[in-house]
Amino acid sequence: MITSFPKLLTATVVTLKLLSLSLFFGLFIGLVFAILRLSKNKIINKFAYAYSYVFRGTPLLVQIFIIYFGLGQIEYFRSTFLWVVFKEPYWCAIIAFALNTGAYTSEILRSAFQTIKPGFIEAGKSLGISNKIIFYKIQIPIAIRQSLPAYGNEIILMMKGTSLASTVTLMDLTGVAKYIISTTFKPIEVFIVAGGIYLFMTFIIHNFIKFLEKKYGYSQ
Amino acid sequence: MNIIKKFSLGLLITLFLTISANADKIKIGTEGAYPPWNSKDASGKLIGFEVELAWALCRYMGKQCVIVEQDWDGMIPALIMRKFDAIMAGMSITAERQKAISFSQGYADEVASLAVMKGSSLEGMDTPAGINLTKPNAAAKKALKTLTAALAGKTVCVQTATIHQNFLDSGDVGKVNVRTYKTQDEVNLDLASGRCDAALAAAVAFSDYAEKSGKPVVLVGPTFSGGAFGNGVGVGIRQDDTELLQAFNKAIDKARKNGDISRIATKWFGFDASM
Repeated sequence: MITSFPKLLTATVVTLKLLSLSLFFGLFIGLVFAILRLSKNKIINKFAYAYSYVFRGTPLLVQIFIIYFGLGQIEYFRSTFLWVVFKEPYWCAIIAFALNTGAYTSEILRSAFQTIKPGFIEAGKSLGISNKIIFYKIQIPIAIRQSLPAYGNEIILMMKGTSLASTVTLMDLTGVAKYIISTTFKPIEVFIVAGGIYLFMTFIIHNFIKFLEKKYGYSQ
Repeated sequence: MNIIKKFSLGLLITLFLTISANADKIKIGTEGAYPPWNSKDASGKLIGFEVELAWALCRYMGKQCVIVEQDWDGMIPALIMRKFDAIMAGMSITAERQKAISFSQGYADEVASLAVMKGSSLEGMDTPAGINLTKPNAAAKKALKTLTAALAGKTVCVQTATIHQNFLDSGDVGKVNVRTYKTQDEVNLDLASGRCDAALAAAVAFSDYAEKSGKPVVLVGPTFSGGAFGNGVGVGIRQDDTELLQAFNKAIDKARKNGDISRIATKWFGFDASM
């Protein structure tokens, strides 16, 4: 147990890298699709809805398997330039995670946009501020502030979701835990240590979000 | 309320009967994903060399058996935690595993081999047909050197927690990029997709895949035995379960004498893999 701890800590770095890159791309995807969801154009709106519906409606494991093993089976796909990226399990995992968390993030942000009181926007308009600036300086900051608690949950869910990276050969925290078990045959001890590390990460994320909420949240 | 009470009582009785009916049976764990050793047919029924052999051994022991499925990477922990009493899953007898569990005498032996897709640069390596790593001779040492040079920087895929992974981790063929998978099926998929430069497993696992999928998978380099590859495949049993160990050893003796093991092995492997 003591000898396996440093190995698990090294693997935690892989988990954190997967998490931060997925969240980075996911937030971008989420913001874009939240805006598309608010579009008055029916086709754009339906397209954005379909994306979030599909990725929220199927298990993350299935999504990873389709992206990793599924796309790899298509011979034509392997001849395209995309194969350079999809050949690597690391990028397949990040793409799957980012698309998944992006779908949830888009829903979180959309509902936050919709709860912005019309008064804020009208106030901006009455001051003669352009729509673009109203969007960047009023709507986005309020939406982000509104969605902090829900987004904090999403980060924690995603952090736990990265454990599925081990199913596509990546040596993240779960992958290394399984590897240690396969040589020591002691699942309980190793999984408890790994679980403890996940719990500690949750503790940090949870408190960080709480801090942000206190600093930027509404004080009504 | 009365109905619920009656229903729960009925459920309890059924549960009790099921438990007591299974108490006398020997539970044998297998993976069901490593053909031709053990696999599943289209209907999900367990089939393969070890499934058939298990039934034969149970007849010789005069006991009833249940064969249960277990993922490969949790096989030994599941045995230790008494989810079943014996492992028959193409598990080679190695010193490392013997620290955790006991093994019966071997009932079959397999050689391992590297496989690549046709057209790979690894084809046509100048090595002997087979090398034994228990006491490697000059030719075997030379073959390992050839392999080390050929595999440098290449990605070699194996199923996790196997003798094949142990061999690659041992450094006998230098520093290769080892990628591990949960099942042999996934190894085969990624070999075919080109993510793996080569894969290492039982030679029969590859020939079986090539035959069933029609993919141009070819064996390259020498076949491996001995050393990290263990001493044949045996039944894995908990260390304190000496009675069952003896029963399995006797049953294997009988099955071998009567030609059952050879017969079943020839049926599933296409050659006599018994020992």
